[in-house]
Amino acid sequence: MDLLIPDYGLLFWQLVVFSIVLTILAVFVWKPVTEALRTRESMIEDSIKSAELAREEMMQIKADNEMVLKEARVQRDQLLKDATIVANKIKDDAKSETSKISEKMILDAKSIIESEKNAALAEVKNLVSTLSLDIAEKLIREKLNNDPSQQQLVEKFLKEVKVN
Amino acid sequence: MTKDGTLKICKKLIICGLICLFSMSSLQRAYASDASEGEGFNPGDMINHHIKDAHGWEITHGVVVPLPIILYSEPDGLMIFSSSNFFNNGHEEVAYKGYLLSHEHISRVDGQPVYDFSITKNVLFIFIDATIMLLVFFAIARGYKKNVGKAPKGVQSLFEPVIIYIRDEVVKPSIGDNYQKYLPYLLTLFFFIWFGNLLGLIPGAANMTGNIAITAVLALGTFFITNFSGKRAYWSHIFWTPGVPWWLRPIILPVELIGVLTKPVSLMVRLFVSITAGHIVVLSLVSLTFIFHSWMVGFGSTVIVTLITIIELLVATIQAYVFTMFTSLYIGMAVEEHH
Repeated sequence: MDLLIPDYGLLFWQLVVFSIVLTILAVFVWKPVTEALRTRESMIEDSIKSAELAREEMMQIKADNEMVLKEARVQRDQLLKDATIVANKIKDDAKSETSKISEKMILDAKSIIESEKNAALAEVKNLVSTLSLDIAEKLIREKLNNDPSQQQLVEKFLKEVKVN
Repeated sequence: MTKDGTLKICKKLIICGLICLFSMSSLQRAYASDASEGEGFNPGDMINHHIKDAHGWEITHGVVVPLPIILYSEPDGLMIFSSSNFFNNGHEEVAYKGYLLSHEHISRVDGQPVYDFSITKNVLFIFIDATIMLLVFFAIARGYKKNVGKAPKGVQSLFEPVIIYIRDEVVKPSIGDNYQKYLPYLLTLFFFIWFGNLLGLIPGAANMTGNIAITAVLALGTFFITNFSGKRAYWSHIFWTPGVPWWLRPIILPVELIGVLTKPVSLMVRLFVSITAGHIVVLSLVSLTFIFHSWMVGFGSTVIVTLITIIELLVATIQAYVFTMFTSLYIGMAVEEHH
């Protein structure tokens, strides 16, 4: 029966020691330990969350990249198409332009040739007229002197004209 | 698993087995010593002697560690001396300075009252329990300071699952959101009981957590914490139980009031009984050897005692868990705001 009757000495010591242990552990152990556990748990949770976020972001970026790539491809194709059209146009334009220019050059050349020819002909005419005048003058002068000799002179002048 | 690993585990198992064998044999010696006292071996006396408190720590027969006796009485005031003073060279009880120790009870020869606050075997084990707790948990706290935000190491990783289990599986579901305030008390309670129970299983150690004074103080803690943190819902449930016919309420009131007391009393008795019962079973089985005077019985009882001791290891943990569990349940019931 005395097993069931608590001993006051033991009650006292247990109360004292347990209270001291409880106080010391609560202040110096349980507080930092539970705080450390909590911070670690929240840290782990946060890192898992941020990892998931990063993964999502990566996926987003990947999708964006693909879209940009697709757009770029379309744009490239368009650009190429446009460029060919432009190039063709330029080529055609250049062709027509050159033909125009050459036609014009030919025309110019023709007109120059014509005018040169006319100038040359005019000069020849002038020369012929002055020669004729000279001949006529000399003939007239010789006629006054001697007839056969005049004939000879005409021949001589004609020869001179040929040389010229 | 590699061959090396298996070899290591085998080695560890063999070492564990050897330790068990040696401790068992020392247990046998300790109990055998009691048998040699006098002609008739009385297992009841032996068992009582082992599960009760004592003013000296008798590790095995004849090896008694004297413990300090602390007394207070009106004429002498405070007195401190060694418990060995109560025995002469022939191990007979003798009076010392007018005090007499008889059947672990100290009295004054002149019959005046005396108050005994001695460091008895159980008090010594309270100190040992407390010291182990402080050493272990300060090491753990150092670990948490050293590896902030990192995985636990060493003794820290041994106890972290237990701490987290108590927090997440026992305290949090029972108390609810406001559990932080009670966690230090409940963790201290759990580890004090657990370490105490395990210490009590060491042959030659005291039956500390199987003493009703120890469990009474622990249950008193539960009682005060529960009632001091009781909210309106808790008290209204006791004094004016909702949800029952009005004429039943006065009948329920005394039942509820008794319930307030029976909760801590059940805690006190449960721990005391389960630990003491375990010790009694082990000691009874060992006693069989000396009742039958046969080494065959000794062999058989050693096998059974080994098995029972393994079960006691389990009981030590379960009882610590149950005490903590019920304490947190009672606190949870008290702090609940509404149903």
